[in-house]
Amino acid sequence: MSEGNMNLTLKVWRQKNKKVNGKLETYQVAGISEDMSFLEMFDVLNERLVSEGTEPIAFDHDCREGICGMCSMYINGQPHGPLQGVTTCQLHMRSFKDGDTIVVEPWRAVAFPVIKDLVVDRSSFDRIIASGGFISVNTGNAQDGNSLPIPKDDADKAFMAAACIGCGACVSACKNASAMLFVSAKVSQLALLPQGQPERQDRAMKMVAQMDAEGFGTCTNTGACAAECPKEISLENIARLNREYLGASLGSTN
Amino acid sequence: MSNKLDAKIPEGPIADKWTKYRSTVPLVNPANKRSLEIIVVGTGLAGASAAATLAEMGYKVKAFCFQDSPRRAHSIAAQGGINAAKNYQNDGDSVYRLFYDTIKGGDYRSREGNVHRLAEVSGSIIDQCVAQGVPFAREYGGLLSNRSFGGTQVQRTFYAAGQTGQQLLLGAYSGLERQVGIGNVTMYTRHEMLDVVTIDGKARGIIAKNLVTGELERHFGHSVLLCTGGYGNVFYLSTNAMGSNVTAAWKAHKKGANFANPCYTQIHPTCIPVSGDHQSKLTLMSESLRNDGRIWVPKKQNDTRLGNDIPEEERDYYLERRYPAFGNLVPRDIASRAAKERCDAGYGVGASKMAVYLDYAYAIERYGKIEANKKNMHNASKEEISEMGKAVVKEKYGNLFDMYKQITGEDPYELPMRIYPAVHYTMGGLWVDYNLMTNVPGLYALGEANFSDHGANRLGASALMQGLADGYFVIPYTIGSYLSSEIRTKAISTDHPAFVEAEKAVQDRISKLLNIKGKQSPESFHKRLGKIMWDKCGMARSEKGLKEAIAEIQALKNEFWSDVRILGDADEFNPELDKAGRVADFIELGELMCVDALNRNESCGGHFREEFQTEEGEALRDDENYMYVAAWEYEGESKWNLNPEPLIYENIKIAQRSYK
Repeated sequence: MSEGNMNLTLKVWRQKNKKVNGKLETYQVAGISEDMSFLEMFDVLNERLVSEGTEPIAFDHDCREGICGMCSMYINGQPHGPLQGVTTCQLHMRSFKDGDTIVVEPWRAVAFPVIKDLVVDRSSFDRIIASGGFISVNTGNAQDGNSLPIPKDDADKAFMAAACIGCGACVSACKNASAMLFVSAKVSQLALLPQGQPERQDRAMKMVAQMDAEGFGTCTNTGACAAECPKEISLENIARLNREYLGASLGSTN
Repeated sequence: MSNKLDAKIPEGPIADKWTKYRSTVPLVNPANKRSLEIIVVGTGLAGASAAATLAEMGYKVKAFCFQDSPRRAHSIAAQGGINAAKNYQNDGDSVYRLFYDTIKGGDYRSREGNVHRLAEVSGSIIDQCVAQGVPFAREYGGLLSNRSFGGTQVQRTFYAAGQTGQQLLLGAYSGLERQVGIGNVTMYTRHEMLDVVTIDGKARGIIAKNLVTGELERHFGHSVLLCTGGYGNVFYLSTNAMGSNVTAAWKAHKKGANFANPCYTQIHPTCIPVSGDHQSKLTLMSESLRNDGRIWVPKKQNDTRLGNDIPEEERDYYLERRYPAFGNLVPRDIASRAAKERCDAGYGVGASKMAVYLDYAYAIERYGKIEANKKNMHNASKEEISEMGKAVVKEKYGNLFDMYKQITGEDPYELPMRIYPAVHYTMGGLWVDYNLMTNVPGLYALGEANFSDHGANRLGASALMQGLADGYFVIPYTIGSYLSSEIRTKAISTDHPAFVEAEKAVQDRISKLLNIKGKQSPESFHKRLGKIMWDKCGMARSEKGLKEAIAEIQALKNEFWSDVRILGDADEFNPELDKAGRVADFIELGELMCVDALNRNESCGGHFREEFQTEEGEALRDDENYMYVAAWEYEGESKWNLNPEPLIYENIKIAQRSYK
């Protein structure tokens, strides 16, 4: 199995379920190749744990190409690890050195309770989208796609905001566990497009209300979210959300 | 040929079939819809669009996904684009041409009626997505942009950089969550379907496992829609997500649903080559890269020079040489086989010699010169041209180039990329009729989970089209033909003996798995299965290899059921246990794939039997004997009965597929 020559010390958060306390366990891994992804290094460790009769470490992962948003490790104090602009599955071992000690924890936020080991529950994000993160258009209602020209600049900006993969790194990076970057990305995407105008104010109000109800913290503009975002979602979106929210609050008839 | 399966293709001229059928299919009145319950398993493009649309119509929907959110279904990873016969580019596209290209691309092994319908609804999909706020690429005039894809000569592919699947799925997901918010859809995340419940021969619900608690749950539905994707992970290494599996479709198969054309698998030509045994998955580089990149190998065998050191005259642009009409844009099956042929013959590149070059040097120079002209720089230096060219390539393909660099550690702006084919998509799937219903009444299959539209080879940018066509524009109409006769069926209690029995069978299987307490991990069995499948049922197949594979798989199955080791318990979050169940199903499917490949004594599309090829090494079909859908009926362990459904071509002239 040994293909490389990196030896590492891993300190990994182990927690049986959300009811019990967890703690960091130490594991030595040897023979790691620098071409392995961080998750493949975990595969090697888990195979060994199974062969030793120890329960493998549970971690979320799926597409392993940086787009599904499922993987969620907090590595040496940084969501998705040291490299900028990538998810954990796209972090390769060449970003580490032989002999390194690596601490791996789950996302930390009240609104993301731990399910097991490194796996957390992010269903709060779905509930935020369900509260208003959409354009209310039933199937069959649409007119021809080219009947609504959209300036390329607006379309490009909407696309940049829509690149969010909903992984939760922004929340994990934030000292207040705020979900502002996530919410602002969706609000911005739809506010920048003409299709999103009719529900624009309502959307911002409802999504922010749901965000608060889920127990996410407030935004204090430290910018850690954008710095750690694997899709490099810009802080400008938060500024836009604040304008949208303020505008909606002032314009509200409630 | 006996025909037990009725495809229910409407009568009449091809262009009128769908319109006429849609206007005459029985309807369910709004009050009745509110008491009809529909279960949707899987929330990718097909599942999310179906669940959202059916809920909008008034049905009560329960949706299930094994991921932690419906937004993570593997449709998210589709890169290149979605086809639609809009003819916005005024280059001669039409519904008929998309229909024709799809049938031809599928090597004349798909149904005319289904494919024509797909082409007909393709335009509405784009409209729907735009209305939802999907940020498609646009031109400076504000209108939608298009690009080319393999197997076609028009530009009909809509895209959102290299993230088209993500944007389309997030559109469908937002529609789904909107219905969840309103209360029309109940969403069950981290749930896996482990059996279909049938009562009096009709699908009436499912047994699902809550993956967090391990609890088994019974859910009733007047009908059940399986939108659970493809089974490419049977090969272990594929471009599929780690969780993608065949379990739901396989359970349906064992409950009576025929499985059609399982051997039709698509090997995608442009993937990043395998780097070592540790590798857990393969990464696709979008087919759109073939628009501008040129594929080549050295003219000399076992050439160890680096790509950049090999002079132009010593390079073999083998696709351009063999297929001058389509060049680097031949369909996927042809491009993949051509790469394998060169590597097998000793012309491969890179450390493993199992790779070919995808080169952007030419495109960088071409784009650089255009930019220089735009800027009136008539004496631009080579470096300046290269710099400007790289900027253009970065805008078009930047995220793909970054991904390549991240995975391989090589800079594709400076060195030609190394690529090799990898398992990507499965054209086979559950047999469905024109209504997308399997042969089990009330049980439907949508998207990649069914077999219906792509024949023996799928064209690029057609999977997204089919998933959304099925979910947004087909099932909402066709389900009426079944549910209109179910309005008197009251919700059946999940205490019904059929539910109790099905749950017990699932429970027993879980206990059996946990009690084997052997020595080998589920992962290690999966790897071994994958190797058998890739070596003997992969890009090239032979009678001898397939027979060996069947024996090896049967032996592997016995070993699995006597020596698998699953740690942890049933009543907790236990991904090892879930994986073991999926691997067990893949092993059984693997055997059926080999049985199907062995039965099909011809080569067509993604199915290439070494015994059946032309002198030039192209796939040699046998239309006289094999122009049928091979639908397999489960009859017990390692036993299947073949129900052929003849394919009838009334509108398209069958020909030897040529891209020369």
